Amino acid sequence: MSQDILIKKGLSINIKGVAQKEVKKIPLSKFYGHNLDDFHLLIPKLEVGIGDYVKRGQPLFYSKLNEAIKFVSNVSGYVKDIVRGERRKILNIIIERDKKDSVQKNNIPSLPRLDSAVIIKSLLSSGCWPFIKQRPFDIIADPTRTPKSIFISCFDSAPLPVDYSFILNDRLDHFKYGLSILKKLASGNLFLGLNSSQKLLESELEDYNINFFNGPHPSGNVGVQIHHIDPINSGDIVWVLNPEDVVIIGEFFKTGEFNPTRTLAVSGPPVKSPKYFRLTIGAQLHSVLSNVELVEDAELRYINGNVLTGKTVSSNGFLGFYNNNLSVLKEGNNYKLFGWIPFINNKVPSIYKTSFSWLSNGKPKDYDTNLNGEERAFVATGEMENVFPMDIYPMQLIKECLIGDIEKMEKLGIYEVSPEDFGLIDYSSSSKIEAQTIIREGLDYLYKETQ
Amino acid sequence: MNIRSIVDNLKKPFEKGEKLEKFYPAFDAFETFLFVPNHTAKKGAHIRDAIDLKRVMITVIIALLPALFYGIYNTGYQYLVQTNDSFTTLDAILHGSYKIVPMIAVSYIVGLSIEFLFAIWRGHQVNEGYLVTGLLIPMIMPVDIPLWMVGISVAFAVIIGKEAFGGTGMNILNPALTARAFAFFAYPTYMSGNQVWVSEASNVDGVSGETILGMLAAGNSPEQFGVLEMFVGSIPGSIAETSTLMVLIGAFILIYTGIGSWRIMLGGVIGAAITGLLFNFWGANALMSFDWQNHLIVGGFAFGIVFMATDPVSAAQTIKGKWIYGILVGILCILIRVFNPAYPEGVMLAILLMNVFAPTIDHYVVEANVKRRENRLKTQLKTAR
Repeated sequence: MSQDILIKKGLSINIKGVAQKEVKKIPLSKFYGHNLDDFHLLIPKLEVGIGDYVKRGQPLFYSKLNEAIKFVSNVSGYVKDIVRGERRKILNIIIERDKKDSVQKNNIPSLPRLDSAVIIKSLLSSGCWPFIKQRPFDIIADPTRTPKSIFISCFDSAPLPVDYSFILNDRLDHFKYGLSILKKLASGNLFLGLNSSQKLLESELEDYNINFFNGPHPSGNVGVQIHHIDPINSGDIVWVLNPEDVVIIGEFFKTGEFNPTRTLAVSGPPVKSPKYFRLTIGAQLHSVLSNVELVEDAELRYINGNVLTGKTVSSNGFLGFYNNNLSVLKEGNNYKLFGWIPFINNKVPSIYKTSFSWLSNGKPKDYDTNLNGEERAFVATGEMENVFPMDIYPMQLIKECLIGDIEKMEKLGIYEVSPEDFGLIDYSSSSKIEAQTIIREGLDYLYKETQ
Repeated sequence: MNIRSIVDNLKKPFEKGEKLEKFYPAFDAFETFLFVPNHTAKKGAHIRDAIDLKRVMITVIIALLPALFYGIYNTGYQYLVQTNDSFTTLDAILHGSYKIVPMIAVSYIVGLSIEFLFAIWRGHQVNEGYLVTGLLIPMIMPVDIPLWMVGISVAFAVIIGKEAFGGTGMNILNPALTARAFAFFAYPTYMSGNQVWVSEASNVDGVSGETILGMLAAGNSPEQFGVLEMFVGSIPGSIAETSTLMVLIGAFILIYTGIGSWRIMLGGVIGAAITGLLFNFWGANALMSFDWQNHLIVGGFAFGIVFMATDPVSAAQTIKGKWIYGILVGILCILIRVFNPAYPEGVMLAILLMNVFAPTIDHYVVEANVKRRENRLKTQLKTAR
């Protein structure tokens, strides 16, 4: 039974430099990173040392909390470096790719013979498991607990959106195979979220449980979709995946090989002719950026992920584990004379009509990273509710997270949210509140106290 | 040398480890007045809206200006009409400015000095909230109030009404109304009666400068004022509250830009209109039988509901709560006007009272949300069984 849901609250931010539907092949990167920062709350235990040879798909480390969750090498080659930070915390494991591309083979039974126990075991050992994240807490799923449902949002509504229809277009077989594997895991409760414009995907996926979401961002956020279809109550677990990660899982179950291919949109106002690149997860950004034409004489910020929720990465860093986009913005570290007076500084867009920027709302705009003000106490009210399409009071929840009152956080719906749902609140806050950080810390605190 | 490098040079002694480090918040206030700083988003979203509190506050000030300018004119007009001499609009504006500009100056000097002191003491930035409060306070005072009373009221409002609760964003009561309430109860002879509402009325023999609500409360009929005069605002009253027309222009600016809550404003008008209408049917005293439409355009109701009730910090904070809060402010305002002849102007007390109850309203709105979530869990457990 398909539902049609119109999201009314929210905001679509139209930024210049959306990637054109064109995939460019580029030479492979020499180095590949496995950034531990991508796996929130994970405590890694190494299985390799510097100088060891690893095949593609061979474990590099596992989770200390559950040794079955393996994290594998994305390419074959030698462990070049293990980057450590404060108190020897492992930050990154860097592999120098060799040309052999030797791969760890797995024997996979055929689809009818696969039951959930076998699937989970294969996902864990193959390195595919970390693609499955769970709500609440927005962390890698706990394989010992059965989810009540699995949700996959097949479209992106965030600024500089990634076109999953385009990405999946030539990989639909693997995608559908991945879906049929996942369907066996949550007693068939697999839900796909589509936008009405995705006609092709709709016809290809008619065997699955599809719901349609239309309206502004965050209609494509999986958390919003879960909230409207099968909301998370206290004690529930829901698993979520990104569409292209389902492809990787599907390919693994078909071929027995872990092949972490990523179709990456490099987009943003400073990017001349933004487009997609097909590469391998963990690739060094150099290898991509050397093929991208960027505006000159501007300090740039590279972001693994979208401009609302992504993480800053340096130009010699590595592509993240989960993101399909590399967003590029100009650093806005300049002063603006009397920029706070209404109708001055019209170039900076606003949801309030205090500048003339709204006159050209249809056109994509240039955004930079300037804070456009200073952090202040909570003053303006209602602005958070306006961009938060869940039956949850965001400001009250943020305040309880700041206080750390677990009972009230639970009552106000903390289990249903993830930091990404608060991206627009970060963006629109007139007091420049760091809502995502507050919610992340609130969730971490709750996890520490209750799990 | 451009302005930026001049500011950078001036900034040096205020930076960390330098002589004047303690006074950095004060310098920061001036610097950020000139320039939006070069801060970039470090955590969270990498792009941010152009709005900040400075822009919010300055938008409110722009919305206040029509009422202020008309108030200045009306102050002069009310004074000059009594003297029976012929006069021009410019005369009226000059007299009004002569009375009102010093009040605004006192309000800003006293209020901002206290704000700066607290900012330096606490080591945080100077918040912009006082820019609005400081203008609101003189606008809602009677024109003949002595300047020292303005100063004391401001000091009371900022210290007791705001900073005692932790500063901007933490106060329970609207600071500007706190100042007016303080003056109202501390110096009643300067804040009510028939001598204070027209500039220097006490010096002009035989003229009554009563407000319309004051006349009604005393059982007199305000027949010398037509509906048009009440709407345009050429009537005696607090400085900037008289012109409903100018307040509506302000309301338009606030609603159009999205800065002010239209829900509170509309709720207030609905509440007051319905209550006024009901009392029209009852009609036991002059204020009850006063036309319900006229209740909306006399006294401080329009000004209060547009500029004071919508103060986001002291109002209800949830969208549903804003409706309830607005409607109750409207109802209470008319109730106080009608039932308490000692306070013919009900809007100040109505808003202050609802300020106190706003957290309670929000509590029940949020509690209903919590209940919905609990019920959802219960139904899930039932169906699972």
